[in-house]
Amino acid sequence: METNQSISIKNLALSFGALDVLKDLNLDVGQGEFLVLLGSSGCGKSTLLNCIAGLLDVSDGQIFIGGRNVTWEEPSERGIGMVFQSYALYPQMTVAGNLSFGLKNAGLPKAEIEERVNRAAKVLQIEPLLSRKPAALSGGQRQRAAIGRALVRDADVFLFDEPLSNLDAKLRADLRVEIKQLHQKLSNTMIYVTHDQIEAMTLADRIAIMRGGQILQLDSPNEIYNRPANKYVAEFIGSPTMNFFEGDIVGGDGLRFSTGDQFFPLEGYEFRNGTPVQGPAWFGIRPEHMVTGTEADTAAIRLNGRVELVEPLGSDTLARVAVADRALWVRMDGQAPVRDGDSVTVGFDPARANLFDKSSENRI
Amino acid sequence: MGNVTRASADVQVSPVSQEMTGPRGPKPRTVLSRRNIMIYGTLIMVSLYYMLPLYVMIVTSLKGMPEIRLGNIFSPPVEITFQPWVKAWAEACTGLNCDGLSRGFFNSVRILIPSVLLSIAIASVNGYALANWRFKGSETFFTILIVGAFIPYQVMIYPIVIMLREVGLYGSLTGLVIVHTIFGMPILTLLFRNYFASVPQELFKAARVDGAGFWGIYFRIMVPMSLPIFVVAMILQVTGIWNDFLFGVIYTKPDLYPMTVQLNNIVNSTQGVKEYNVNMAATILTGLVPLTIYFISGKLFVRGIAAGAVKG
Repeated sequence: METNQSISIKNLALSFGALDVLKDLNLDVGQGEFLVLLGSSGCGKSTLLNCIAGLLDVSDGQIFIGGRNVTWEEPSERGIGMVFQSYALYPQMTVAGNLSFGLKNAGLPKAEIEERVNRAAKVLQIEPLLSRKPAALSGGQRQRAAIGRALVRDADVFLFDEPLSNLDAKLRADLRVEIKQLHQKLSNTMIYVTHDQIEAMTLADRIAIMRGGQILQLDSPNEIYNRPANKYVAEFIGSPTMNFFEGDIVGGDGLRFSTGDQFFPLEGYEFRNGTPVQGPAWFGIRPEHMVTGTEADTAAIRLNGRVELVEPLGSDTLARVAVADRALWVRMDGQAPVRDGDSVTVGFDPARANLFDKSSENRI
Repeated sequence: MGNVTRASADVQVSPVSQEMTGPRGPKPRTVLSRRNIMIYGTLIMVSLYYMLPLYVMIVTSLKGMPEIRLGNIFSPPVEITFQPWVKAWAEACTGLNCDGLSRGFFNSVRILIPSVLLSIAIASVNGYALANWRFKGSETFFTILIVGAFIPYQVMIYPIVIMLREVGLYGSLTGLVIVHTIFGMPILTLLFRNYFASVPQELFKAARVDGAGFWGIYFRIMVPMSLPIFVVAMILQVTGIWNDFLFGVIYTKPDLYPMTVQLNNIVNSTQGVKEYNVNMAATILTGLVPLTIYFISGKLFVRGIAAGAVKG
């Protein structure tokens, strides 16, 4: 994408006593890129964001923003704007006061402060709220005001720390769209921390999936979805989660995956680097890549089972299908006439499968 | 809807009619239920128990000495006189001074105001630093401070006498103000630290991103948000310092005695007859300041205690 880097993190480490929260972490974020840090709680994503913001002192490594080494600089000197999960609006100030607080601290002339506040308010459509106090705002309005506070700083980099987690589902979806539009309009670099994979998939240019203070995979949403680098990423992305079979890749009459008494042909599967591997492995297939009914008859791999549980979602129907001694989640059409206890044939294509090494759990 | 199978028509109750006649709206309450009698009875008894001494004091302070000698302490005054109050305030003698409690009152005010302001100013900054700017050794510092709260005063009395003497402040109001400020520090710091720790961390982070420094965040973000805890601290200090007797009698000299010490000297003076009415009036006068503070700020006090003081 863009050639020049906006943020560059080199060998970053952070530990609290004996606990390593971040380990030798490297990350480059391009100018104008929307990067999402995704992971379950405790993976270090918020910690990393706080390090970039300068709110936490790092134990080792360097942080560059806009080509400048900011490792030892104060948060306010780093050219960042930040939005927090709890909005963190100053309760005793009006919205206008909240927006202008940072600018006043920076000693900007009054006229410019006013102009910037009004501009930000216009972009976020919070002009009528400027004279109100945060307590008199709804959740969505508060978060808009909090975004405004980051916006007025005219920062090159925006940092979002789970900004939508405190909102209800409907508002979350609306504000998600607004943040995306804001990024299109402003095109500055944004780093966005979330544990919500839908937010990550919809907003990100690239997603960094984190676990245990390290980045497991850094790729476009599409790539992460289609070619997860390891089993953890594969399980983390997608809902319901990917179905896994434990077994071995064996040679012979073309490569096959043997699990229990079944053999899945692996024709069409793209091995990493194009080199087929044999040995113990996991075979993963997403619920939405499985077909049932007449489509299944032509599939390369077919399994017979019985529907245990049906979850109708309207647009789709999720069915848990018992095959031999295990259960598979299958995503079907919302109108599929499926009921508990039905016998079904489930089919899928090895080209859409994901194979992971048994011990390293990395993609093969 | 349970369907009724019995044949007789009068047993059948249609669900519709039940809906029409059944209980509806708020449940009626009886005012004189046994529960209410118990609750209000107990409350009235307890409040009488606590109010009675105050009643006796007020009544006695409004009587003349002949009436008091009749010995009926509960009876209201036959002839109301404010002379005891005037005497207590302006004329009662302690030692050579015969200007009543007024001298003690102004001494107490001169002790109270700087002590309260100084101790709250220092303790709130302490608490803020300990809660939000965790520095190396901050936990140790905090622990030492808290241990300070448990050391009995008596242990420190003499060392402080020596220290004040060495710096030439022994027997002065300044010395007493310093002593009050120091002794208020542990509990007030704890109070402020816990309150500031309950302020969301993200607010503090947002202010840092906005370029506010140590004092900027303290004055512009934390203090405006913390009115209740400042009120709590103020009440604790005002009552504590106003009611102090020990430090007042030890670290000042007769001319500078606070009101409590002077009250004691008036009440315990051995010359002449015991003037109960004057003593009662003097005692009420002395207690008036903390009482007023409570009445003015009661609501904020409760809010502050609830908001921060209990959370560790």
